[in-house]
Amino acid sequence: MRLLFSLVLGLLVSCGSALAQEDAPGAMIKKVTEDVLTIVRQDKDIQNGNTAKAIALVDAKVLPYFNFQRMTALAVGKDWSKATPEQKKKLSEEFKTLLVRTYSNALTGYRDQTVRYKPTRMQAADDEALVRTEIVQPGSKPIPLEYAVEKTESGWKVFDVIVAGVSLVSNYRDTFNQEVRANGVDGLIQMLANKNKQMEPGKK
Amino acid sequence: MKIQLAKRVCTVAFAAVVMGGLAGCATTANNPKDPYEGFNRAMFTVNEGLDVVIKPIAQGYDAAAPLPVKAGIGNFFGNIWDVLTAVNNLLQGKGQQGMSDIGRVLINSTIGIGGVFDIASEMGLEKHTEDFGQTLGVWGVGDGPYFYWPLIGPRTTRDTFGWMVDSAMDPVWYVSDVPLRNSLVGVRFIDLRASLLPTDKIVEQAAFDKYNYIRDAYLQNRQSEIRDGKGDDCKLSRCY
Repeated sequence: MRLLFSLVLGLLVSCGSALAQEDAPGAMIKKVTEDVLTIVRQDKDIQNGNTAKAIALVDAKVLPYFNFQRMTALAVGKDWSKATPEQKKKLSEEFKTLLVRTYSNALTGYRDQTVRYKPTRMQAADDEALVRTEIVQPGSKPIPLEYAVEKTESGWKVFDVIVAGVSLVSNYRDTFNQEVRANGVDGLIQMLANKNKQMEPGKK
Repeated sequence: MKIQLAKRVCTVAFAAVVMGGLAGCATTANNPKDPYEGFNRAMFTVNEGLDVVIKPIAQGYDAAAPLPVKAGIGNFFGNIWDVLTAVNNLLQGKGQQGMSDIGRVLINSTIGIGGVFDIASEMGLEKHTEDFGQTLGVWGVGDGPYFYWPLIGPRTTRDTFGWMVDSAMDPVWYVSDVPLRNSLVGVRFIDLRASLLPTDKIVEQAAFDKYNYIRDAYLQNRQSEIRDGKGDDCKLSRCY
């Protein structure tokens, strides 16, 4: 009996982990999305445009699943290698603030959309994957929302968000390249810092 | 009808001349896809100016109209555009999608009371959106230089011609009662502007240079629409 029990339990556990392995990144995105939407659906303040509150939510629920260093490196492109570790740290910090606020702003626009989860694009051995979802809203065609994720020591982490085919990260590349060409890496840090200061929530 | 069509042909010809003339302009562009950046930025400024008037109207509409009314208006014009989507899907050889779009128009125009209710979506016929610019893209026509036009906004050269063909086929322009036609065009424009209000806020937050941000996003978005979001492994880092 004990043997049977442990056999069944063992089977269950291995099934569970096999399932999880099949699409761990998809499961991660689904969990984060549902966690966030459950809160936004109930929070009238966020729906009415309280960005500060949305930022707090994103900080708590979304940030841990993002790799901002990698996102910043991708946005900066080839100039990233020119930056010192100190500059890289500053760049990542400022870019993180910018992206978090952008994402939070988008959350305040939430109305009654639902999210549909589509099969993740990855091979079994891949350490990177494209998790695909769609924002469904009545009366208009679904908007594809995709996450490029990578396997790290601390689990799957997002390194790009692609809305309707537009990569939020690479959309900055030309602008950042131009700034580095004109004013160097420090110029880019300054540009990001100025923008963040100017868009401080509550200031506008 | 004939006169209208002649007028339309004239518009197309005029636009072609303008675009031809631009080829001679001296520019200070730093993106190879945007050789007429000087002209485009000027038009961008014109649009921002027009928007000072248009945006408050859209905001007023957005605030005043109850959600079901807005959804109905959006559905009504969406149903008209579904006709063009069907034609373009068929032109792109996507027969199944094209047939589904025809089904949508038939269902929504009848059971959906002239398109006000999107019953077809609830029945599982998903909405697509296609235009002639996408069809040309599928046929292999390249982007060509990027343009920013007054009122219609960003378009590549290919999509500008696509837009002209779409407008020439657009059923709304064939309404013979002129005041009704103008009202329809006006309401559709304000409805479209209102639907972009949430995006304004995000672009405001995200962009260092609004002109650049919109251009780069537009070009990325069109590429993905032409491919219908498929076959783009370049979203993974091996292509970054």
